[in-house]
Amino acid sequence: MTNHRITTHPILPIPARKTISFNWKGQPLQAMEGETIASALFANGIKVFGYHYKDRSPLGIFCANGQCSQCMVIVDGKPLKSCMEVVTEGMSVIPNNGHPELPPVTGESIFHPIPEINVPILIIGGGPAGLSAAIELGKLGIQVLLVDDKHRLGGKLVLQTHRFFGSADAVYAGTRGIDIATILEKEVSAFPSIEIWLQSTCLAVFSDKKVGILKSGKEYVLIKPDILLVTCGAREKFLAFKGNTLPGVYGAGAFQTLVNRDLVKPSEKLFIVGGGNVGLIAGYHALQAGVGVVGLVEALPECGGYKVHKDKLVRMGVPIYTSHTILSANGEEKVESVSIAKVDEKFVPIPGTEKSYECDALLIAVGLDPVSEFYQKALDFNIPAFIAGDAEEIAEASAAIFSGKIKGLEIAKFMGQNIGDIPAAWYRTGEILKSRPGNVFAEELPDLPVGVIPVFHCSQEIPCDPCSSLCPHGLIIVDKKDIRSVPTFIGNNYCCEVCEKCVAGCPGLAITLVDYRSNPEKPLVSIPYEFSGDVVTKDDIVTILDTEGNSLGDTEIFDIHSIKTSDRTMIIQVETEKEKAPHIAGIRIQTSPITQPMFQYVNHVEDDTIVCRCEHVTAGEIRILIRKGYKDINEIKTVTRACMGACGAKTCASLIRRLFKEEGVPYDKITDPSKRPIFIEVPLGILAGERQEEM
Amino acid sequence: MSIPSTHYDVIIIGAGSLGTPTAYYLAEAGVKVLVLEAVPSVGQGSNKRAIGGIRATHSDPAKIHLGLRSIEIFSTFKEHFGDDIEWDRCGYTFVAHTEREEKILKELLVTQKSYGLENDWYNQSDLLKIVPDLNPRCLIGGTFSPNDGSASPLLSNHAYYTHAIERGAEFHFSEPVTSMCVENGKIKKVMTAKSEYYTDIVVNTAGAYAAQVGMLAGISLPVKPDSHEAAITEPVARFLGPMIVDIRPAVGSSNYYFYQHCTGQIVFCITPSPNAWGDDINETSSFLPMVSRRMIETMPRLKNIRVRRTWRGLYPMTPDGFPIIGWSPEISNFLLGVGLCGQGFMLGPAGGELLTRLVLNEHTIEDQETLNILSPSRQFVGQELLK
Repeated sequence: MTNHRITTHPILPIPARKTISFNWKGQPLQAMEGETIASALFANGIKVFGYHYKDRSPLGIFCANGQCSQCMVIVDGKPLKSCMEVVTEGMSVIPNNGHPELPPVTGESIFHPIPEINVPILIIGGGPAGLSAAIELGKLGIQVLLVDDKHRLGGKLVLQTHRFFGSADAVYAGTRGIDIATILEKEVSAFPSIEIWLQSTCLAVFSDKKVGILKSGKEYVLIKPDILLVTCGAREKFLAFKGNTLPGVYGAGAFQTLVNRDLVKPSEKLFIVGGGNVGLIAGYHALQAGVGVVGLVEALPECGGYKVHKDKLVRMGVPIYTSHTILSANGEEKVESVSIAKVDEKFVPIPGTEKSYECDALLIAVGLDPVSEFYQKALDFNIPAFIAGDAEEIAEASAAIFSGKIKGLEIAKFMGQNIGDIPAAWYRTGEILKSRPGNVFAEELPDLPVGVIPVFHCSQEIPCDPCSSLCPHGLIIVDKKDIRSVPTFIGNNYCCEVCEKCVAGCPGLAITLVDYRSNPEKPLVSIPYEFSGDVVTKDDIVTILDTEGNSLGDTEIFDIHSIKTSDRTMIIQVETEKEKAPHIAGIRIQTSPITQPMFQYVNHVEDDTIVCRCEHVTAGEIRILIRKGYKDINEIKTVTRACMGACGAKTCASLIRRLFKEEGVPYDKITDPSKRPIFIEVPLGILAGERQEEM
Repeated sequence: MSIPSTHYDVIIIGAGSLGTPTAYYLAEAGVKVLVLEAVPSVGQGSNKRAIGGIRATHSDPAKIHLGLRSIEIFSTFKEHFGDDIEWDRCGYTFVAHTEREEKILKELLVTQKSYGLENDWYNQSDLLKIVPDLNPRCLIGGTFSPNDGSASPLLSNHAYYTHAIERGAEFHFSEPVTSMCVENGKIKKVMTAKSEYYTDIVVNTAGAYAAQVGMLAGISLPVKPDSHEAAITEPVARFLGPMIVDIRPAVGSSNYYFYQHCTGQIVFCITPSPNAWGDDINETSSFLPMVSRRMIETMPRLKNIRVRRTWRGLYPMTPDGFPIIGWSPEISNFLLGVGLCGQGFMLGPAGGELLTRLVLNEHTIEDQETLNILSPSRQFVGQELLK
């Protein structure tokens, strides 16, 4: 059977793990010790985990985050979410088709009282915001309980292999997300006043001011906090299109989890929907993992993400189709192709522009919604509560780190700690880190072909400044008062000593050095490069590209090397004509014909646009109700079961709101569905404090 | 003299478990009816919070009559109206673990059988044949009523709403009644923030808020809400037949009950002890641990089923635990269908028919026994045994 594991990665180490065996439908398969059942199945090329009870359509991984129940399998007789359960030696796993059998039980149960614990501060979520807040509180010796539902701290940082943007002084900009996670994790763990519970999911904030926590995935505990800090991050928005529940349609988080955490290759040919930072970065991560990226569609005329992220992806050879939308995912049991079309200014597909591309996976990155429900409940129930990071406002992780830090101090002040005022400048920095991309300027090119000159292929105002601290002579300047300004080089043609630290350290891979010293007619250009050694090697002929991916011709690779501070970023040098040299921003990585459209457009006729993934309710069904005059989503829920499924309307509620908008019903005329606990499904036995009697 | 266009024969206050079927039956009879509802759509008060049990196995003739007729309607809903309301003739089992429960249940059987109910007592081994997953420990036996059942409160109420509209009933949502104009012992018109409506008859089916609506007409109704918590699990393949009711009191709860809805989900609910008076419907942390333990003790197999969602609903209680159905003694055109004590859904269809017969002055001699027991003028001295 094919092995779908990542065996080489430019950034991530491939750990040696013990091989174990388990059974899928009675067939023995190999797994890596410590990985989830879902990843083990994916590594064996199995992507269909069962069939939906309602329409028998195939089910597979969707969130890879324990939130939906799409990946349910039957493990030794018990229905379990395969993305959350670790595979063990000899485990017997079978598909979940329809509703599972409830396993019979034997033996007497004994019941333990549900522990109730008072804590001064409870932080829900150990991602960038929660960790940063905890660190500030830990420094002051304040007692904190921090709970996180994953097996390690860091939140989504642990999936981010790229260097972070933002402020090098304030938020570790220039360091890779995975490494920031480790730094924060280490720092927070050093404070004796901070207790950390991993694999512990918050289930509900109750009106009697207690917070229900599923501790370590197996024990129910009630926490009574004096103060609650909600740093649960965000959930991904989903999109309504035909075929959107086919196995192979993933959220960006699921894809990054499989690739960057579990080192499993869920796809060979990926297509991306959404040109925000999440989609652009996920595309880059895919390429690094050896997954081909067929293309990316963005409905707006410009990608919403940072231009440097977009440019980087384009330079790798990924076509970006702006003003395009996805029409359908096509395939029988899993994604086999995608159909897209150009849209007009009202985002309506233009007939005749349809195209289809072969692919085996679709990555949906169309924005995020804050996970703020615990904060809302806390406010409703008069629990002093704070909120930070994406849970408060969607922005970059760097902004979350900083907002967590500020909130940590605000909490300390609220508790009466004498810590003085939080500097006003911090709030300004917080706002700057959250800001959207700004103006785009023309690139500044060297005026004289002599000496050495850095070229910044970074021409858009974004909050980012690591380059300014990389130059040993301090010649790269970013306005410290507003790091959104683009960098400038204040030296002349004879100042740079070609240490290449700026080239290797720019998070956007957007700095090159043009070295005219040895041959002003054919200068040497240093380009950052983050792929495994086997993608290109010295003396290979590669296509050189300008900032936006236009070909500048082919040339030979003069050298590939790394520098001491490069932290896994390689540097490629090419020699080329002086006219081209300053324009070179990268080399094309993906040259395969996978970006070519199919000969014929795949017209997806069946109306299987699913809005509620849990209960398989289609957009068509809901539109009919909206046209009948329904305005209360609770009534739609009554009639269709949308919002009644395992995920608790986490995915469909925003899609239903969007359908209302498309049908011309304004938001203030509609009623949202009731929000009810509990956050994820939990066995009755755990809620009862039940244990099997010891024999 | 022309009647103003805002005149309705009947105004119903509350589009819930009882108000909605009443609107349907009145409209069906050609009555011009308007339903005023405070919230944005139908059944969004206590109806959607009901767990869906439907039984005739009550302790008194009034509710037995209404229960039997409601079962008749629920069980033929699909044939009659065409809607699938998820009716399931799953039956009810009241389990006995102590002599106290055995005695209560066996005594009730006498009354119940005298009204033609087909439930019976089963000793432990026979009961385990009907419900194999019951924990035999301490189980003496229990009653099983094969003709009781369950359905979806939301779907049933919504179906009534759709058919009421088809027959000309009007529903105004997000339009709470703000005041009523009473003249000479009669309600003349009903006012809302949006408009005012003249009417001949007002029907109060305002559920948990029936007493407030009564006050708008200047009368005091002995109805106050008691907040019960409920929850639903993930769906699993069918393994449980009847609704299980355990009337053993324990710390925090006087009884609890659960069943497997035809979607495969277990739905369960507890009766708090002491009562949780008031209209607070925010979830508490005490419910899930308390009910889970009781359910697993009764049926160990439930320990692996996962709870999906929990909520709280209001039982509009009367002092004696019986509904109030009939004309207000103080205001002659004010018809009361209030204080259903948490059984508005299961008694709603027959209740709606009965209210309709009262409006049309077509109630029968058979209705009289029911109306006497549920009379608004009664003394409220007894106590319902199977709340």
